[in-house]
Amino acid sequence: MPDTFLDSTELVLNMGPQHPSTHGVLRVILKLDGEKILGTDCIIGYLHRGVEKIAENRTYAQFNPYVDRMDYVAAVSNGLGYCLAVEKLLNVEAPPRAQAVRVILTELNRIASHLLWLGTHALDIGAITPVFYCFREREEALKIFEQYCGARLTTHAFRIGGLQYETYEGFERDVKEFCRMFPPKVDEYEELLTNNRIWAGRLKGVGILNGDDCKEYGVTGPVLRAAGVKWDLRKAQPYSGYEKYDFEIPIRENGDTYDRYIVRMREMRQSVRIMEQAVEAIPEGPILGKVGKVIKPPVGEAYVSIEAPKGELGYYVVSDGSTQPYRVRVRPPSYINLQALDKMVRGALIADVVAVIGTLDIVLGEVDR
Amino acid sequence: MADEQKPGGSEAPSPPPGEGAKPPAKLAADAAKPAPPKPAAAAPKPPATMAATAWDSDLARAVKERFGDGVPATSTYLGQDFVVTRPESAVPVLEYLKLEADFDYLVDITAVDWPKRGERFDLVYIVYSFPHNQRVRIKTQIADGFEPHTATGVHLTANWLEREVFDMFGIRFAGHPDLRRILMPEDWQGYPLRKDYGILQQDVRWVQENLGIESGQ
Repeated sequence: MPDTFLDSTELVLNMGPQHPSTHGVLRVILKLDGEKILGTDCIIGYLHRGVEKIAENRTYAQFNPYVDRMDYVAAVSNGLGYCLAVEKLLNVEAPPRAQAVRVILTELNRIASHLLWLGTHALDIGAITPVFYCFREREEALKIFEQYCGARLTTHAFRIGGLQYETYEGFERDVKEFCRMFPPKVDEYEELLTNNRIWAGRLKGVGILNGDDCKEYGVTGPVLRAAGVKWDLRKAQPYSGYEKYDFEIPIRENGDTYDRYIVRMREMRQSVRIMEQAVEAIPEGPILGKVGKVIKPPVGEAYVSIEAPKGELGYYVVSDGSTQPYRVRVRPPSYINLQALDKMVRGALIADVVAVIGTLDIVLGEVDR
Repeated sequence: MADEQKPGGSEAPSPPPGEGAKPPAKLAADAAKPAPPKPAAAAPKPPATMAATAWDSDLARAVKERFGDGVPATSTYLGQDFVVTRPESAVPVLEYLKLEADFDYLVDITAVDWPKRGERFDLVYIVYSFPHNQRVRIKTQIADGFEPHTATGVHLTANWLEREVFDMFGIRFAGHPDLRRILMPEDWQGYPLRKDYGILQQDVRWVQENLGIESGQ
């Protein structure tokens, strides 16, 4: 056999944009030595719709539905962040009833988002069963959204200054029923995965990102918390009344894919805990604060961020005193977390890239905007 | 499309003058009618500039002392603090905040286009400190064509953030390791988030060559 046959040279492999494990239209160019990754280059922008440009050509209220189309599996969170940013500019606050309902719907959406992540992530790894279970429970969450506002995915649930709609008859009952039904289902998923040897073998020690690297790359959300940094904006800089609820920030130490899995599983349980407390004490009162029909914030700028399911979601809004925002900048957690992919997969195998993309929990609608 | 270029957001140069030019005699009277409410509406008009106040704290004083003329002002608006710097001081301030004041997380870099201003762009850095749970913005005004120094040497996350600012505004960062477009196609002409780039505008040549259609509209 000639020497050249085994002579290892670098190989460049294209993955995506239509690869099923890239969760949309992410293209990753991999530089390989055999099966080992020497470097990556992410090509993004396939889903770029110019959301920030659209914002400058719509009124504040008109732009509200557009934000749902960024992270479309966590539309409620997107809406909350945008509404909070404009409310900050207007210097108004949503009334207590609106805040409580906002918290319930946002946490419900966090669960729905994490369920989609769990199902597809497990599917990528080769565990086919969890996705059916996850979608079964996600359906229950989406039904509540549908009852509340008629939409399941791009909900447009909130309005600047409060809520879009009053809650429907039986809303509390449905939420309580979800909170009762859901934790045993998480046990079910955990039974399937947590101590599963194949699952642990595929995830443990894969895609390690330690706390310092997370800060250096600006990585937030469950990825940061799995690296031992106890930081959650709901606790650090509470908004929408989160300071009233008793919940924990789950953290792990290793910063590998398995730890990120554990952190998200525990977060779902904490979300249930928050919802239980919020639904017990939804105050009576108006659902809309003192905002005019025409929203016209004074000249100025504000940056407001929330803890979205994927990490810190921020809106930097600049007002020139007119009815249209002069500039809306979205600080998308998926985009910034994705940048750490290269660091996480260097030296790993191709199969690990799939695991790491899954564990970063990116949504390309938000990466590309 | 014409109305998107009005940073002042005033209603003054809209319909009356344009329409009044066509049938002069009749509309002169009509034009006089809508005129009166305008001064009335202008009276409670909010100030044309941001009502920011001076930000005074240990940190603000330390930054000012360290950079002198490089930091003309430290301000606060709606409880959010920001440091205004000269263009060449922005990255040193970032570095100082990171190394000496524990601002270890660069949240975002973005820009705002003010085409009527001499120094056309606002370049905005948002930093956060995990130990102090504090957020600060660094703002600097740069002219079109000015190449600010890259912040990648201070925070690795600046890499993609600066690429996006370059992609959308055409601001080139000097010393950036990999300054390519990131969201738009690499050979696209024009910078979409500039104010003189229309909402319906597109790179027709690119669309025709790459998509095989006459127009993307």
